[in-house]
Amino acid sequence: MSTFFATPSALLGWLKSVSSDNRVVAPKKKGSVVLFKPWTTEELGACQDASELLIRSTMSAKEVVFPKCETLYELKATKDPSDLSKLHQELIVPNNATATVLFGARPCDARGFLCLDMPYLQGPVVDPYYKAHRDALVIVTQACSNALPTCFCNWIGSNPADEKGSDIIFTPIEGGFVLSALTEKGTALLAKGGFDAADDAKNTAVSEAQAKAKSQLPAESTLKDIPQKVYARFNDEAFWNKEIEKCLSCGACTFLCPTCQCFTMTDKGNQLDGKRMRSWDGCMASHFTLEASGHNPRPSRGMRYRNRLGHKFSYGRKDGDFSCVGCGRCIRSCPAHLDIRTVLSNACEGAQKKGEE
Amino acid sequence: MSDHNCGCGSNPYLPYVATVLETIQESPTIKTVRVRFNDEKAWEAFSYEPGQVGQLSVFGSGESTFVINSPPSCKEYLQFSVMRTGEVTSAIHNLKKGDQVGVRAPLGKAWPWEEWKGKNVFFVGGGIGMAPIRTVMHHLMERHTEYGKLSLLYGARSGADMAFKEDVEMWLKSPVLDTTLTVDVPTEDWKHKAGLIPNILKEINPSPENSIAALCGPPIMIKFTLAAFKELGFQDEQIYTTLERRMKCGIGICGRCNLGDKYVCIDGPVFTQAELNNLPPEL
Repeated sequence: MSTFFATPSALLGWLKSVSSDNRVVAPKKKGSVVLFKPWTTEELGACQDASELLIRSTMSAKEVVFPKCETLYELKATKDPSDLSKLHQELIVPNNATATVLFGARPCDARGFLCLDMPYLQGPVVDPYYKAHRDALVIVTQACSNALPTCFCNWIGSNPADEKGSDIIFTPIEGGFVLSALTEKGTALLAKGGFDAADDAKNTAVSEAQAKAKSQLPAESTLKDIPQKVYARFNDEAFWNKEIEKCLSCGACTFLCPTCQCFTMTDKGNQLDGKRMRSWDGCMASHFTLEASGHNPRPSRGMRYRNRLGHKFSYGRKDGDFSCVGCGRCIRSCPAHLDIRTVLSNACEGAQKKGEE
Repeated sequence: MSDHNCGCGSNPYLPYVATVLETIQESPTIKTVRVRFNDEKAWEAFSYEPGQVGQLSVFGSGESTFVINSPPSCKEYLQFSVMRTGEVTSAIHNLKKGDQVGVRAPLGKAWPWEEWKGKNVFFVGGGIGMAPIRTVMHHLMERHTEYGKLSLLYGARSGADMAFKEDVEMWLKSPVLDTTLTVDVPTEDWKHKAGLIPNILKEINPSPENSIAALCGPPIMIKFTLAAFKELGFQDEQIYTTLERRMKCGIGICGRCNLGDKYVCIDGPVFTQAELNNLPPEL
């Protein structure tokens, strides 16, 4: 594979030129948190330090394909001039997608999009809004140079330089960045940079940086048959309620998660002038499955967490991958310090013991 | 969804705009609305199978899932019967003739009525759970010569709570349907059975031989009626039910109606008890 070298200023110059006909979304510091936000051409031109765009984000990048809130259609109605009691209802579908370059996603973020593709693109019905965002997206991923204590991408079959799901991947080394294109989209975008080929020394530096990041990850998971074991726990309500005792039901884990797909649909306005929207929702909220009758199939926090863990690690996917990417955001930002790795391990090891008895 | 023939083109979120033709107050809490698409071409092309559901919207209030409870042979309108419980259902109850609504349909899987040919079918509807039973029952009554004995056990809290009053008269008189009605709380003029559905079912004592049971109702009724059918010797493969879950998208994406890796909206709502036995018991 051809690799290219860019100095920090050349990288910023490339992004600045790309931003003339793309929305460039990259990490941006907002107070104490880092979010994936659009960078304008002016902001990129004024940026003196490329490392501002390389920080690890608090939120996942899924908003570029699955906005927090999105209009599905607008409602407009006109009164029939011959019979004013009659309305002509019109539904107008907006064009929500824009050509977007996502810069500085991590390998876990890139893999997250593949998880979202499962329900949105690979299910029985293709979601047209998601597809439009996805088709308009190029993902430029930063291979991780280090790992946080909460990272566990190696548990789910990934690694800090995983190329899965990315169009371009780059690795920071001394003096700049080594980039390589992984898809046609990525090749076309990278060509706009006019970067020189990376020499052997730089490619060696990439291997060293990646090895270093790998060495910082936690020990490989020894858990076996995870989907079956998590499933075997299903009826052990006492287990789930105990594991999740400290959960506050705040739902932060679902909103920060790169693979959580859930949404609700609501109407705003009225039938004369209104819109139908979808917005992020999450299975950790009690109202999520609450029926109008008052019946709730998941009435407790334990039952809700069981669904979340089941969805990430047990409920089958066509391609056999987990629907968790090991980014650790749900661990880092949980106000109650719940650790999904601990619950997963307890669920699996407990189930194993039970089977051995 | 191969059987997704909604005229929305490539956008499964866009409903057909439809006009309310008629509303019927079925009981103090249940109202039936009959609607027809404004686009006649789409209306002509529209088809569905008994048991499939639709998302009915009142623009500005939102959308909710209801079974289409008119049989496919009805070419005049689509019928939804709605119990008033929340915001959207209240807006539906306020609809009147001529109002505009949205319909996304058909969604989900139907009752496998073709597989039931040659068999006796015992229908059980509890409360508003009678709505999905009505569709497939009328569908089979229209084809009664292809089936064995058709029976119905319909229960409600009281006579006043019993929906489909005109239909009930027809069902009682029908030579192709053996109808039993029951209420929990009988009034003096109540001429039918009094008692809970599972108990009345055991009294009727239908034979499991070459038979299918199709039931729908509130979760507690389903639980005890299932047990009653098992007691009567029905096997899990012979018992069908249609599930209700909170749904938003209706197309397997929004994530809330799953039982393990199955979604009630696309893999159901109709399941056999044997299928449900293989799914997490999260009803």
